[in-house]
Order: sequence, then structure tokens, then C-alpha cells
Amino acid sequence: MKNSSMWSKPFYYVIVFAVATISLYPIFLMFLSSFKTSAEIFKDPLGLPTKFTLDTYRTLMSKIPFDQYFMNSVIVSVTSVVLVVVFCSLAAYYIARFKFSWNNAIFFLFLLGMMIPIKLGIVPLFILMRDLGLINSLWSLIFMNIATGTPLTMLILTGFFKTMPMELEEAARMDGAGNLRVLWSVLLPLMRPALGTVVIVNFISAWNDFFFPLIFITEKAKMTIPVGMLSLFGEHSADWGSLFAGLTLASLPMMILFFIASKQFMEGLTAGAVK
Amino acid sequence: MMTTVQTASKKKGRKIGKSWTIHLFPIPALIIYGLFVLYPILAALSYSFYSFNGFSRESFVGFDNFVTLFTTEPYGSMFVNAFKHNILYFALQMVAMNGLAFILAFIIYKKVKGAEFFKIAFFLPRLLSVIVVGFLWKLILNPNFGTLNMLLGKLGLEELQRAWLGDPNTALISIILVNCWFGLGFGVLIFLAGFQSIPGELIEAAKLDGAKGMTMLRKIYLPLMVPSIMIMTVLTFIQSFEAFELVYAMQGSMGEPYYSTDTLAVFFYRLAFGSSTSGSSDALGVGSALAAVLFLFILICTMIFLKFTNKKEVEM
Repeated sequence: MKNSSMWSKPFYYVIVFAVATISLYPIFLMFLSSFKTSAEIFKDPLGLPTKFTLDTYRTLMSKIPFDQYFMNSVIVSVTSVVLVVVFCSLAAYYIARFKFSWNNAIFFLFLLGMMIPIKLGIVPLFILMRDLGLINSLWSLIFMNIATGTPLTMLILTGFFKTMPMELEEAARMDGAGNLRVLWSVLLPLMRPALGTVVIVNFISAWNDFFFPLIFITEKAKMTIPVGMLSLFGEHSADWGSLFAGLTLASLPMMILFFIASKQFMEGLTAGAVK
Repeated sequence: MMTTVQTASKKKGRKIGKSWTIHLFPIPALIIYGLFVLYPILAALSYSFYSFNGFSRESFVGFDNFVTLFTTEPYGSMFVNAFKHNILYFALQMVAMNGLAFILAFIIYKKVKGAEFFKIAFFLPRLLSVIVVGFLWKLILNPNFGTLNMLLGKLGLEELQRAWLGDPNTALISIILVNCWFGLGFGVLIFLAGFQSIPGELIEAAKLDGAKGMTMLRKIYLPLMVPSIMIMTVLTFIQSFEAFELVYAMQGSMGEPYYSTDTLAVFFYRLAFGSSTSGSSDALGVGSALAAVLFLFILICTMIFLKFTNKKEVEM
């Protein structure tokens, strides 16, 4: 046993280092190239920037209203996350803490959503959004994020609610607390880990969503960052320096959040599958 | 006196607990989920039986749209062409992404130093928006100024340089490999969770029996990893047959060059939201038929996978 592990260890390291390099290098290249002029990139794509400037970022801002896209992305993501967590907490509380005969059926209905390729419903969705007057409204995106985030959020929250002892709320009820009070001041404070997970999962998919804004948003002023990238690449494809700057800016918020809470991110994104 | 107050408040609490207002709690989630997930997918199925004029639904036509989809050109050959690409998408991801992820997870499980760093490194691409991934790699794979060809040149491998996305022979494979780059870390985490849930006593017992190396892998690890392998298979399957964003970002809605990177979802997008392919006003009916076929195909295959998983678990 000793021998085989001594032989295999260096081999293991070669593999993980090689793959880690392939995983990280393109991202590193993206950051690096965003500080280079297009001429520098074309001449020496692998080299370091000759001098550190933020010119590419200034050019980018003058070409596209990135701050507007950024605000739209923030509004859509934050509103979606808050609402999906509130709505699903209420629903999961109902399913997990009460024993109505239809609760299992409702739960199953929610879980079904994890198997539905919702993109295939885009034609009815487009007609629905048009009839609701939500084309070119950020609400179209918010509703889609809530709806598509619901199945996994329900799975995680219902599971967590079920692990909490009933005595907790009985004590509060003795003191005359109603359902909302019990949920808000007794159960939710104890659910921080699960809430953290669902916030992260929903935030990532809302922030990165590209398909629905592609269909529902055509006005520049209402675009989120991913569709904004589409118009950047469509209209200014020659200036590679600012293209890299755009990609970097689009990714930066998620990267920063990830380094603050990498553990929760990795647990969150795999939560639905590991269960 | 005290007891009366207590019973009163207890009764009040019970009453609130059982009050009808509790039934309002699941309503917001049900309405939004029902309206924007359940309704559209069911409507999409029903739309496939109607003829369309632009975005307005006209009359019930039975299976006509399905017949058109499979027997009328260019729809018929486009369907077959895209379907083959989806299958390659799935197969290549199973081997290149999940195969590698399995090996990497095993190595991390065997405790290399810096396991946390490697997990983060593999996972990092997963944080990018798919559109960012597509555009970033489009720049890297650019034939003239892209990093990959430049790198190959520096290594003296000029004969390997090519227009990765411009050549029909390499375009689709390049896109699928980019997708592997994106999804690898997720697979590693799922497989790692699988390895870590194997009870330690089982491994110890097998070792005492003298099992090692490949025997260990075949007799102990693989059978116990079946649930994680199945989960990744199902997720990869659904994602492969839904593949849209990366192709759209890198090769446009026509699956350039010459539909060599076309997938069913991209074909569907073309039918629904127009381009030179659709043109005709009945495209939406045919598109809905395509959506229905693809939806049922994904659903049935997923059910079969899941059934297979359950059976396997029982056998163990």
C-alpha cells in the first residue's frame, strides 16, 4: 500500500495542477487583457500589459451604458431573490409544518419544475408577457427568476423546516403568537444556513440569466449585463481591450461574492443534486 | 385567575394556528410558479396542435405540425442534423467532463494537499454567465489573434493551429469542450460528495480483505458511486438537450458555419423568433411541435434514467 501511494501521489498532483491551470488561465487572461490596448493584445496576447491603465474601462463606459446595465442587473437580482425567499418560506412553512392532506401533492408539483425544460415554453411565455404588458419591463425577468427558482428553493427550505422540533413553535403559540409571528421570529432566525444557500443559488442564476432577457428585453435602457454584453460584442467587436474589460466587469461582482463565501457557494449550487 | 388567562391565551393561539389565513401562505409561490412555469409548458404542448399566423393562434390542425416538422424540408433534415449534434453534446460531455470530474474528485478525496484550492479552481468558471464564457472563448479561439493559436505557435505546434470555430469539423467539438470547461467543477463537487458519503468502515473492511487498486475501484467505489453517477448523467442529459446559450453566443442563431453547430434548442429559437430559416408564417406551429417533441423526449428519458437509478440502489 505504502509503495503504491508513493508512486501515485506525484501523478495525482500533476493531474490536478494541469486541470487547475486550464480552469484558471482563461479567467486570468480575461482580467489581464482588460488592462491592455487592442494593439497590445493583437501583438502579444500572452504578455503582461506594458503599463497599467484603466483606459479600456473608460472606453467601454463611453461605448455602452454599463452603469445602467449594472443597475438593472442589481434591481432584478435583488428583487427576485428577496421575493423568492419570502414566497418560498411561506409555502415551505405551510408544507412542512402542517399536515393537510394535499401537502404532499403540492410539494410534488413544485419539485416537478426541476425536470421541466422551461425554455421550451418560451412561445406561450412571450405571448403571456406581451398580454401582461411586461415586454421590456424588468418585472418579466423578476417573475421568471422567482418562478424558475421556486422548485429548488422549496426543496431546500422544506427539508430544513422539517428538521426543526415542533416544541419550538408550540412555546411561542402558548404566548399567543400567530403563524406569521412564529415563522418570522422563531423559525426563520434558526434557518440562516438554509437561507444563505437559497439566497446564493437564486442570486447566481438571476445575475447570470441570459435567455429570458434575450427574449423579453429589446430596449437598451432595460437590459441587464448579459444581454448588454451581446450588444457590446455585436456593435464594437473590433476593440478587444474593451471587450475584455466588459467581460471582466460582468464577472467581477460574482467573483467577489464567491471569495467572501466560497464554501456556501459550492454547497449551495450542489444542494439540489446531493440530496 | 392565572389559569383562566393561560387557557384563554392557549385557546387563542390554537385558534390562530388553525385559522383559515394559513391557507394563504402557499398562494404567492403557487401563483407565480403556476403562471410562469406550469402554464407555459402545458400551453406549449397544446400549441403544437394549432396553426399560427405570426404570433396569433389560428385553428386546430391535429398532428399537421408534427408531420410538417418531420417530412417537409428544410425542417426534416434540420431536425436530424441538430439532433445528432445534441447526442454528440451529451456523449462528449459524459466522457470529457464527467469522466475527468470523477477522476479529479477521486484524487481530492484521496487527500491531496491544497484540496480546498483545487476545488475552488475547478469551480471558478461556473460562476461566469454562459454568455461571458461564450464570448471569452470566442476571443481565445480566434484564428488570427486568439490565445490558443498563439500558444500553439510558441510551442512549435503550428500544424495544430486552425480556425477552431470557423471550421465545421472542429466548431461543434470546440463548443462542447468549452461547455466542459464551464461545468467541470460542478461535477467534481457532486462526485466528491458521493465519495465522502461512502462509510469508512466499508473501505477499511475491503482493505483488510486485501483489495487494492483497480479491484478497489471496481468492486467498492464504482458500485457505491452509482447514485452520483446517475445524478450527473441526468443533469448532463437535460443540459445537453437544452443546449442553447453557448451556441448562440459563439456561433449565432444559425449555428455557424453552415448549421454545423446547430442544436435542437437553437433550431427551435429560429423557428419561434425568426430569421431567414423560418420566414413562413406557420413557423410557430412547427416550432411548437418541435418543443413538444423535445420536451417529451427529455421527460421520458429522464424518467427512464431515474427508474434505473432506483432499481440499482435497491440491488445494492
